[in-house]
Amino acid sequence: MNYELISSKLNEKFSTNQNQLNTSTAGDPYFLINKEQLLPICQYLKENEELWFNFLKLITAVDQGDKFSSVYHLYSYKYEFGITLKVDLEKTNPVVDSLCGLYKAANWLERECYDLMGIIYKGHPDLRRILLPLDWQGYPLRKDYVAPTEYNGIDNT
Amino acid sequence: MDSNKAKNLEQILESSIKDPKDLTRYLYYRKKLKEEGLSDFISILPLGAAINWARANSVWPLTFGIACCAIEMMAVGASKFDLDRFGSGVFRATPRQTDLMIVAGTVTYKLAPRIKKLYEQMPSPKYVIAMGACASSGGPYTQLGYQVIKGVDKIIPVDVYIPGCPPRPEALIDAVLLLQDKISKTIPQQEAI
Amino acid sequence: MQTDSLHTEELLVNMGPQHPSTHGVLRLVVKTDGESVQETLPLIGFLHRSFEKIAETLTYKQVVPYTDRLDYLSSMNNSLAYCLAIEKLANLEVPERASILRVITAELNRIASHLLAFGSYALDLGAYTPFLYSFRERELILSIFEKISGGRLLYHYNRIGGVARDINIDIISEIGQFIDIMRKKLNEYNELVTENLIFIKRTANIGLISMSDAINYGVTGPCLRASGLKYDLRKVHPYSLYEKFNFDVPIGQGLKGQIGDCFDRYWVRLKEIEESLKIVEQALDLLREGEIRTKISANLKLPAGEVYVPCENPRGELGFYIISDGKPNALRVKVRAPSFCNLSILDPTCRNTLFADVVSIVGSIDIVLGEVDR
Repeated sequence: MNYELISSKLNEKFSTNQNQLNTSTAGDPYFLINKEQLLPICQYLKENEELWFNFLKLITAVDQGDKFSSVYHLYSYKYEFGITLKVDLEKTNPVVDSLCGLYKAANWLERECYDLMGIIYKGHPDLRRILLPLDWQGYPLRKDYVAPTEYNGIDNT
Repeated sequence: MDSNKAKNLEQILESSIKDPKDLTRYLYYRKKLKEEGLSDFISILPLGAAINWARANSVWPLTFGIACCAIEMMAVGASKFDLDRFGSGVFRATPRQTDLMIVAGTVTYKLAPRIKKLYEQMPSPKYVIAMGACASSGGPYTQLGYQVIKGVDKIIPVDVYIPGCPPRPEALIDAVLLLQDKISKTIPQQEAI
Repeated sequence: MQTDSLHTEELLVNMGPQHPSTHGVLRLVVKTDGESVQETLPLIGFLHRSFEKIAETLTYKQVVPYTDRLDYLSSMNNSLAYCLAIEKLANLEVPERASILRVITAELNRIASHLLAFGSYALDLGAYTPFLYSFRERELILSIFEKISGGRLLYHYNRIGGVARDINIDIISEIGQFIDIMRKKLNEYNELVTENLIFIKRTANIGLISMSDAINYGVTGPCLRASGLKYDLRKVHPYSLYEKFNFDVPIGQGLKGQIGDCFDRYWVRLKEIEESLKIVEQALDLLREGEIRTKISANLKLPAGEVYVPCENPRGELGFYIISDGKPNALRVKVRAPSFCNLSILDPTCRNTLFADVVSIVGSIDIVLGEVDR
């Protein structure tokens, strides 16, 4: 199992010019995929006999200055191999499909990304804040966030 | 040093008795006990001092560990740094039966209303120890934490502050002893007697 | 619901953020029908200290002490994972003596963490003595750590490029003595707790987690191994010279009940203490003279790119996902906390159990709120 095998299998099943393997930067390579194709690609990766990515490790929300990204780390226990999928979203309307139907681990991980970055996951059964209080204003991990000096009467300077 | 401290203590006890008739009676019985050689076994105290002695030596804490300092609080309750020998070994889970709340850990906005509620549920006289840097003033998260309250004294009044991240168990024992000193110097409320 | 002519209603019980078990500020709202639990709702976030925002603002070296405070019971393992991630992205070579020292401290911290999990689990179920016994052994480890690094609970010992201080012959002999004492005490724990009929009745056949459920919910660590999957990151993707050590990976075998129950999770942790003692013994033999830290520049800048490095923590897989764009501070640091995903399996596991079993299940999953909330 290696990146070329996965890349070739993805390219033969889905269209070729939209799923590129990015190896230009240092560190780990990642697959940059189209946000409409996220759910079918993940389903294929999970159910195909030669790939079998049955473990969703991590969902990350990244603020890259001019756009958001939702990054997924998948892992296969059978072949002991992990990959990274990255989906780019625009800042004004960050909406992407939810993976809750495939992996139950996505439930809490996506709620955390919504809570801290404000990315909306379509199809999530229960999208509300998980770490911050329910009436918190704003999304802290965005680069333009300003922390409040007072909350519910407790002055915090 | 010891005899100075003992004389000091006697002066404090004498000055706490207001009625001159009570004062002469107290001095007479104290002298009598010393003459008979019984002052090692029987002690005579004004009522306020006796109540303070009882309260100071049985301060029961509330189990309120929030973060890393809670582990050091558990270590103080275990056998190497035993807190039970100072009378504070009984950690109660309900605030209605405790005198002391040891706030061990970082206080956030989400937890603040609960702390206030627990403090109000404790019966008077009640005391608070802010354990660790986070509870005293926000700790390492002061400048950049957006949900961290800079010290638990923004919500409830604190009696003793312990610095450290986390403080050693000996520091917590020192704080409890300081608190016992503070309790024995207070004048108990008239209604309580 | 109506049984014959008896009308019952559902009751919402709040196990609030302050409760007498030692797992921290977790709030559970439990919907019960009489004594049997219908639904459990864990509410977290009471300890959210914004580690990820801090890690974006400070430089890489300044963030290392904050990683200690994530899972405060295994702080050597946390800082090891972070330092390995930065060393992978920056392509730094760590000297061999530093790697062996990292392994020794990480395994000793694993033993200390499992001892506390054992003691507090027994305390939750009503037994006070195992708590005192496990803390007595934990104090031996903490005094070793105090001689090595200066701290009892949070050490700041692993640094980028190696470790902070070297150890000498006194500390090595103290570690050797501790290994002998711990081996004898494990027999004592087995007699006191593992073979105890009351403990077995409260933990066997309770809180069953099947292997497919565990993988789907993202459970890792001893909870996954207790459900039957033989997977340990130290064997499959070894880091920091773990490939040189000889140890076994215990999995749940359903000794007193079925595979994947609370007793299995407890038993796997106890067996892991034995395996860690073996690793520390072998590491002390492999220790040779050498450097303890490679030199790094005063303001370290990483090349643009991203990296994800997982490590085997006492609670599961801790991973650091670091994205860098060439500046002295990171663009994004994300922590993959094992207790966060382990806690999400609480609700389906607690369906249709008795109320007292909820305490037993929460204790056996062994969460630490510092890393759930970050």
